[in-house]
Parts: sequence; C-alpha cells; structure tokens
Amino acid sequence: MQYALLFYNPPLSRLPAAEREARVSEMLVEMRKWQADLEQAGVFRSTLRLAGVDAATSLRRQGNEVLVSDGPFAETKEILGGLCVLECADLDEALGWAKRCPLARIGTVEVRPEWGAFG
Amino acid sequence: MASDASRDALDAIARAESGLVLAWLVASFGDLDLAEDAWQDAVESALVHWPQDGVPRRPAAWLTVAARRRAVDRLRHRAMQSDKAAALRAGELLRRAEQSLLECEEPVDERLRLIFTCCHPALPLEARVALTLRTLGGLSTEAVARAFLVPVTTLAKRLERAKEKIRAARIPYRVPSPAEWGERLAAVLAVLYLIFNEGYSATAEDPASRRSLCDEAIRLARALAALVPGDGEVRSLLALMLLHDARRDARYGPDGELVPLDQQDRARWRRDAIAEGLAALRAAAACADRGAYQVQAAIAAAHVLAPTGSDTPWRRIATLYAELESLAPTPVVRVNRAVAEGRARGPDAGLALLADLDGGDAARGLAAYPPYHAAHADLLRRAGRTREAERAYRTAIELCRAEPERRFLASQLAGLASRAG
Repeated sequence: MQYALLFYNPPLSRLPAAEREARVSEMLVEMRKWQADLEQAGVFRSTLRLAGVDAATSLRRQGNEVLVSDGPFAETKEILGGLCVLECADLDEALGWAKRCPLARIGTVEVRPEWGAFG
Repeated sequence: MASDASRDALDAIARAESGLVLAWLVASFGDLDLAEDAWQDAVESALVHWPQDGVPRRPAAWLTVAARRRAVDRLRHRAMQSDKAAALRAGELLRRAEQSLLECEEPVDERLRLIFTCCHPALPLEARVALTLRTLGGLSTEAVARAFLVPVTTLAKRLERAKEKIRAARIPYRVPSPAEWGERLAAVLAVLYLIFNEGYSATAEDPASRRSLCDEAIRLARALAALVPGDGEVRSLLALMLLHDARRDARYGPDGELVPLDQQDRARWRRDAIAEGLAALRAAAACADRGAYQVQAAIAAAHVLAPTGSDTPWRRIATLYAELESLAPTPVVRVNRAVAEGRARGPDAGLALLADLDGGDAARGLAAYPPYHAAHADLLRRAGRTREAERAYRTAIELCRAEPERRFLASQLAGLASRAG
C-alpha cells in the first residue's frame, strides 16, 4: 500500500541568506542519503520538492465561480515543503522510514495512507 | 432456559475469556471487527448451550472453536457478496486463516499483540483506552461509556473511528520490533495508567464503575507483567496500582469526604494487595531499568510501610520526588514534591519550591490546577499564614471538580476560620 509523507517545515526566512543557504544544502545532502536508503529497500515511489509558499496560487469556490488568488491553502507557521510516496506493508513500516527522514528532526512529517487500499 | 442470575454468571465466565479469545481471533483473521462479531456469536451460543450441557472444563477453548467457526461462516458469506472489493478481501482472509489456523487445544496467548495494537500511538488516546477496555477487558460499550461519563453513542462512534483508522492506515496486529519496543510499551503503560487513574480519582461518580476500572487496569497490568517478565516498568506500574488500590476502603470518610493518606485508618488497608504490590516492586527493582513508575511505586511503598501516619518517612519521600522530578518534571510531580518537602523540612521549604514554579511557563498551567492551590493552601496553613491560606483554599474549592475533595477543602477552610475566631 502506498503512503504519502508530507513534510511541513518551519520557515527559514528569518535567517540571514548565507545561513539559510547553508542549512538548505546540508538538508538536501541528508535527504539524498535518506532517499538512497529508500531506493535500496525498494520502498521508494516518488518525491516532489515544492517551491516556497510565495509561489503558491489557490483556487477557491465563491458562489458559482471558482476564483484564483495568490497564496497557499492556509497561512500556517509550518509550510508544506514537499512530499514523498512510499510503498509499505503497513503503517509501522511507513513510520519507521518517516522517523529516519532528516526533515522529521526539524518539522512535522504527516504520514497518510492512499485511499481505499484495505487489507 | 437459564434464569437471569445464572445467565449473568455464565456471561461473566464467558467475558472473562474475552481478551484471550479475541486476541487469538485477531491474530488468526487479522480483522478486529470480524473477531468481535464472531466473539459475540460465540458468547450467545454459549448462553444457549452451557445451561443445557454444563459449563465446559476449558471455556476459552470452547469459545475459541465456536468463534472460529462463526468467523469462517461470516467470511464465506462475505466472499459471495456483490461488492467485489469486500468479497476479495473476505476471500484473502479466509485463505490466510486456513493457512495459520492450527488445531490447538488451548488458544495461544496473543494478547500481547492485541494490546500493542489497541494502544498504538497513531490512535487518539481516548480511543486507545476505549478499545483496550472493550477488547482486552471484555467490558461492554455501555460499561465503558458509564465509566467515562460519556453517552453510549459517543463511545460507540469513538470505537468505530478507531477501528476504521486501524483498517485505513493499516495499523498492523503485531508485537512491535525491538527498535520500536520502548516507545510502544510506554504507550501501553500510559493507557493502563490512565484507566487506573480514571477509576481512582473521584471524578467518575459511580463507585461501581470506578472500582471496575481499577480492577480492570490491575488485571491487564498483571497479564502484561506475565507476558513481558523482564520489564521493570511494567512490574512497577502494577506495584503502583496495587499499593494505591490497597487503600481504597480507607480513602473516604462516612460523609464521602476525602481522607488524606496519613490520617487514614490503616486497619482498612488491604494487606493482600499491599503484599502483592511490594512483591511486584521488589521484582521490578531486580530488573535493569529504573524509570518513573518504579520511583512512584517506591513512594507509595514508603507511605504504606509506615506503621502510623506520623511515622511517614517524609525525607525519603522528598528525595524520591526529587528523583521523579528529574525523570518526569510534570506539574503534579513538582507540586507533590513541594508537599513532601514541606513535611520533611518545614512549610517554608515547600513554599519555596512552589514559588519556583510560579514563574515561567509552568505558572499558566498551574493557575488552573486545583491540586496546586490545595497544596499551596495547606503549606500556608502550616506556616501560620492564615489569610493567604484562606484565599488559596477558596481558589482550590472553586476549581475543584470532585465532590469528596471539595468537601475536604471546605472543612479545612472552616477549620481555619474557627481558629482565627
């Protein structure tokens, strides 16, 4: 069964640019290592790193129309930074991988199963 | 036909096996709903057959065979349904059951699997409690609802959602791997502790429900201790529960008011529970780890071993609370430590510790915490700061949710006023 791991990270915008960049590249190195482990274990399906919320656009229903506006679904402190899809036998296996994800140390990782794949 | 009384007796015998049989069914069929339905069928069948044929020598084995038969029947029925997904799944479960089912005389003890599943951190805490009491404890939905003062429909929905989450997220019916063991066992102990506390605290008003929650928590902790023999914290939690439960007949006065521990009639303490509790604590102390439950149990033991209230070893208890605070710096621990220090080294020592709590993040939580004000009031009273004590008692009374405690605090306040003249 597939599980989506959704990464909600604290914003780095308050840090000076140089420090921000250093942290991000460190994290990317660690994420690549984590992904290599996932691939080796045969559980990796896909990953998508998302651009920041400044690049987000939302569509919302208003009356009979669908309106386009700037910004994410919700203004939250932690921001959806990306997601990863894994194929795991059960929740404990998915949680095990999520715990090893470097992003779990700095933000929240939501683990959500795919719809309707019971058994 | 069985009379009501004998039907109740037979029902009780059947339900006593609930945890064992359900756990085995869940392990064999991998589906909690199916297991529960099959179990219900088996109990009903027992209530028909046992009055005629007599209670079997091994009720658990009888019930397991009956439930297994009913589970297979149900699966076969489901496999013929028009809903393809359901039919497919039923077929899978049947195949799996046929592979794993052994002709066993006695059901293998799968309760460890079931308790870890029910107490999985992915389930909300209230759901873990309800599921544990329902499946391992064999309590009816009505009984659990009554104990927690919620409507039956609310509790039924809570159970439904929990089982749905187990299905949808595929929470496995499995004893955790060694890597997860620590966190997962802690989650189980937290559920048992919560169940016991709910029964022990005076907020649940129905005394029979309160008693049954404590009994259930102790029963489950005993079973867990037998299933996980090398674990110090499991035995410590059992010890803690027993040592508290031993005092249940002495905790309330004739008017239902709370009697503080050092004023309780020790003749009404249950010696058998104390003996079992102390034995469990000794066994825990022999294990490798010393955690928060063991320290709490040691505190309870220190109280219980004192021949009279005035023999209570407050210095030792204060030292233990300091150790507990380093392991679990929660508000309740810090307040209790202040109380113990107050007894060991005089009220000013206790008040100093409480003053430390007053600043910072802790303060906001404490302001709404009745025991903080009660402890504060008592220390002020002992320090002779009567007016401040009165204010603190009034605050405590206002915030207090439990009648026996409120009555005790009110009588303390009245005592102050009469002394002041």
